[in-house]
Amino acid sequence: MAELRKERLDRGVKVRTDSIYAVSSMKEIMFLIGPGLALVIILLVLPLLLSPYWERVLALTGVYVLLSIGFGFLAGYVGMVFLGGALFVGVGGYISGLLNTVGVPIYLSIPLATLLGALLCTLAFLPCLPLRGIYFTMVSFVYPLLAARLIAATGVFGGTDGLPGLDVFPNKWVSLYLIVGVILVVVFAISRLVNYKDIGLVLRGVKDNEQAIKASALNLTWYKAQAVFITAVLGCFGGAYLTHLYGWVGMSLFATEFSSLPVAATVVGGISTVFGPMMGAFLLVPISEALREFGTLRIVFYSVIMVCFVAFWTEGLVDYLKRKYEQFEHWVKV
Amino acid sequence: MDKNIILQVEKVSKKFGGVKAVDEVSFTLKKGDVLGVIGPNGSGKTTLSNLITGFVEKDSGIVLFKGQNISRWAPHKIADAGLARTFQVMRPYPTLAAYKNIIPPLYSPRARRTARGKLGDRSAVAIDILEEVGFERDARVPYKLAGTLPLGYLKRLELCRCLALRPELIICDEVFSGLSMSEIASMVPLMKRLQESGITLIMVEHRLRELFKIADRAIVLNFGAKIAEGSPGEIFNDDKVKKAYFGGEDDYVFAK
Repeated sequence: MAELRKERLDRGVKVRTDSIYAVSSMKEIMFLIGPGLALVIILLVLPLLLSPYWERVLALTGVYVLLSIGFGFLAGYVGMVFLGGALFVGVGGYISGLLNTVGVPIYLSIPLATLLGALLCTLAFLPCLPLRGIYFTMVSFVYPLLAARLIAATGVFGGTDGLPGLDVFPNKWVSLYLIVGVILVVVFAISRLVNYKDIGLVLRGVKDNEQAIKASALNLTWYKAQAVFITAVLGCFGGAYLTHLYGWVGMSLFATEFSSLPVAATVVGGISTVFGPMMGAFLLVPISEALREFGTLRIVFYSVIMVCFVAFWTEGLVDYLKRKYEQFEHWVKV
Repeated sequence: MDKNIILQVEKVSKKFGGVKAVDEVSFTLKKGDVLGVIGPNGSGKTTLSNLITGFVEKDSGIVLFKGQNISRWAPHKIADAGLARTFQVMRPYPTLAAYKNIIPPLYSPRARRTARGKLGDRSAVAIDILEEVGFERDARVPYKLAGTLPLGYLKRLELCRCLALRPELIICDEVFSGLSMSEIASMVPLMKRLQESGITLIMVEHRLRELFKIADRAIVLNFGAKIAEGSPGEIFNDDKVKKAYFGGEDDYVFAK
């Protein structure tokens, strides 16, 4: 019996749209922008279709999506496995909450908390940036734990009770379209940054080889700090958003879930694109909610799904779909 | 001080545990010269380049580059001043296309300064630089992933990363090692061309025959210490060098 081998070939339309001929026909333009367009349309229509309960889930999912995009960006493109997402959420949330208690309105407190928080977090991580590999990962994991203990021990910012009675979004449309809009802007902006900008190449160089970056007269710490800042902006926005979604700020913003779920989302979605971690989070958080009626058993189901992905399908969802979209597969005789 | 001296190394030392990797090495280098650094395996050649370029911190000693004391500078700052280096173990970005490997150095502050705003499209400049060192222009080679390139191209890629910075001095850490004779034969004129374009070179080498086609002076290291310095003739006739490379008379156990 002849041995068979699977051969993969780029589709003609993929080859053509790689170059200037992309604009030769409507069909080829659609091939190029179709997936992105579909994403935009689905995300914009989604808030109109959901029940009040699932609207809440969507808002929370959105925060996890931003964290996952940040995690995927740092791990996949800059080579920094960062497990401190909860620090960003907490710092962003608390700054926004504190600003709000002194009378800063919501439309100012969120952007201020996003930028100030990101700056603060980046400064906090500055001493750890020379660390590499597992050492950086471990230190990053400790930061949010440390911050939460600090608040509990000293009782600042309302201590274990948090800060209640903050402003909430005026209506559900503002809250839903704010997070959806931010996700869309962020995912396309980061995708563009890492794929088409020269600084994206520098960051990918940091992942591949730090010594070569130093030998290229580039300040390694400065570029790592920029990457952490970008991720911190996403996380701090998420935190500030949650604060005003619930009208309350508390230590639960430093919950380890904010640090760990992005890892799972990246495994499920695939790490080689910016869209992978996003899709992973869009799947995992709602699944986790849907499994809620199983009580504590839901962790078991959830873990089984995770293990299956890690063991049998390391490629990830988006990478698989991308391959199917761009290439033929057929069996050929060896 | 002498304007023509581009690099002055004074009593540079480094210990790893109890091992003196580099032991009070001093030398000076004039602008436009080619200096060879030779010595047996483990004699401290690569450590010396690491100490000069800041990749390893010195225990003691001073390095002056164009009269500036760069002894305690960070590696990227030293590269920014115009002292570039290649690595003996090549350090490409394997997941990027070859020409994209040259874009990070072109993105550096030094490259922007030296181009005076005329850098244009970095990809085009990167391919120009690759072509300069012997990558074929029209072939697919510059577009292949760096991780898939053969050794000879990787060595050239190392040089390209330096050239993108428009350096004044390049420390080449064993550019010939691991290459076939024909590849070396094509590298020698390339290095000569670099020298003629005004770049000062330090060549850390094992291959003396090829080295002395380019370098007119060399220093010899053994166990971290400088044991000789001079022209090829002087070095080959130096007793200490002979002893370091071929062993001393005591080693001839069969001698009567």
